[in-house]
Amino acid sequence: MSAATTNALGGRSIVFGDDVNSDVIIPGRYLISIDPVELGTHAFEPLGPEVQAKLKESQVVVAGRNFGCGSAREQAATCLIGVGVKAVVARSYSRVFFRNAINTGLVAVECPAAVDVIKEGDEVWVDYEAGTVTVGEQSFAFTPFPPVLREILEAGGLIERLMKKFAKEAS
Amino acid sequence: MGKTFAVKALERASGESGLVPGQIVDAFPDLYMSHTATWRCIKTIERMGNPPIFDKDRIAMVMDHISPAQTTKIAGDHALSRRFAEEHGIKNFFDVNAGIAHVVLMEHGLVKPGNLIIGTDSHSTIYGALGALGTGVGFSEITAAWVTGKLWMRVPETMRILVDGPLPEGVYPKDVMLKLIGDIGADGATYYSVEFHGSWVESLSTSERMTLCNLAMEAGSKNAFVPPDDETMRYLAEHGVDLDTVEPLKSDPDAVFEHTVEIDGKSLEPQIAIPHDVDNVVGISEVLGTKVDQVFVGSCANAKYDDLAIVASYLKGKKIASNVRMIVTPASADIMAKAAADGIVTTLIEAGAMLTNPGCGACAGSGGVMADGEVTLSTANRNFRGRMGSYDSSIYLSSPAVAAASAITGTITDPRLVSA
Repeated sequence: MSAATTNALGGRSIVFGDDVNSDVIIPGRYLISIDPVELGTHAFEPLGPEVQAKLKESQVVVAGRNFGCGSAREQAATCLIGVGVKAVVARSYSRVFFRNAINTGLVAVECPAAVDVIKEGDEVWVDYEAGTVTVGEQSFAFTPFPPVLREILEAGGLIERLMKKFAKEAS
Repeated sequence: MGKTFAVKALERASGESGLVPGQIVDAFPDLYMSHTATWRCIKTIERMGNPPIFDKDRIAMVMDHISPAQTTKIAGDHALSRRFAEEHGIKNFFDVNAGIAHVVLMEHGLVKPGNLIIGTDSHSTIYGALGALGTGVGFSEITAAWVTGKLWMRVPETMRILVDGPLPEGVYPKDVMLKLIGDIGADGATYYSVEFHGSWVESLSTSERMTLCNLAMEAGSKNAFVPPDDETMRYLAEHGVDLDTVEPLKSDPDAVFEHTVEIDGKSLEPQIAIPHDVDNVVGISEVLGTKVDQVFVGSCANAKYDDLAIVASYLKGKKIASNVRMIVTPASADIMAKAAADGIVTTLIEAGAMLTNPGCGACAGSGGVMADGEVTLSTANRNFRGRMGSYDSSIYLSSPAVAAASAITGTITDPRLVSA
């Protein structure tokens, strides 16, 4: 299976249920780090080594409702980037996880129809420009991001977008 | 058609008019709070090449989550934060002795009605207790606000919560909130501005309103709000705010609330959130007798002066169970001082509780962590797996009254069966 378009991000999926909270995604004891790779080694640690091993082999996190609920810790998004996750597809997000994902350059889309059909291990591709999630032969549409969010994602995150803007102004 | 509080607050903060829910605007907050995450903001601004700060007087820093430092890494993070605050003339820097950011900022007159306040903490919704729009963001967003003064915000829809009171004896605002979260679920208020209305809400102290607005986050809300009134003005004046500078905002009488949820407070029994989700809520009668190893009275939800007074009223002249560890962590230094002056601290210590310095403490896993298989009954706002130690430990959430009654017996106990 290949990418639906050249803009797609994706790969093998790992599937979670509803209300996965940010303490489970990255326990508070590891917030002393902001290194995504180091954080990634502890992602989903409370769920045990089997889940963590599967996560390492996955590029797309698939979840039910309210993914990332709880704490405002930004590392809940960056630990996923650090472990190699390219995109998250969920039925819905907690607002602060969604903000943190976009602001750190992690593609996070709401697409309940895709979540309905994805089985763990399926190849899933997300194209945030086209607004599609592709699972095998099936393609599902989601509401595309507003322009400001897309600009942040395209820059690789909020801080990166600002740095590029400052560099442009300076030149 | 009238406007909601959230629309008015974001019109004020963005300088735009005619906003409607769903719109995205650039908003300029009145205050950017960073707690123990401050060092992460500093590392981020260094990565950006140290651009100039937009307005240093809108920055507030509070070293609350891991205080005092327990490792040299954390000590270094605190030292970096102190140095940065000093170098940049940031006057609103509160060190490890101050307490929990939210409570400290309110006590120091930094939260005013109508303000937009962002913080590196999800429970920033608490600022709605003083009629402000408070919401949690990540540390990159705080750093960006330090530099640009603004952030993108979606104008939220509004949910109205009506509580029918008065509450029965032994039932408190915490029980109302656990009931609400259990009823609507952990995402029941996601993206909503949640407004609390009704005569019972009007009768509450600012401290009790803080419990409402703090816990609204656990249903996913963007912000929470209690309409400012005479009690709000009393609190503000008591905490040094010049009332002439206060411009309260409220929803218009004909504003559209997308949802209304009603809670029957009159017939409520004490509520308990059982492991491992805050919306996993049962009436206390379903879990009476559950053995607890530790009782924690702390957090921005329920470790304010009135919470400690309630706990002390149950513990006065009694001893906690010999097989229970009871940790009391006042929310702020001011609260601790008042509790010491009033004899509350002595009562708690004589009952067998241990008092820690003010701050987030065990709620954030800083001290008081649990071993495998242990159970804590906590007055905090989260019971997520592993939050207070072992991934194989359990957290139950309750009001301070239930916590006190349960500390005495060593099992989850209905405070109405223990004389206060």
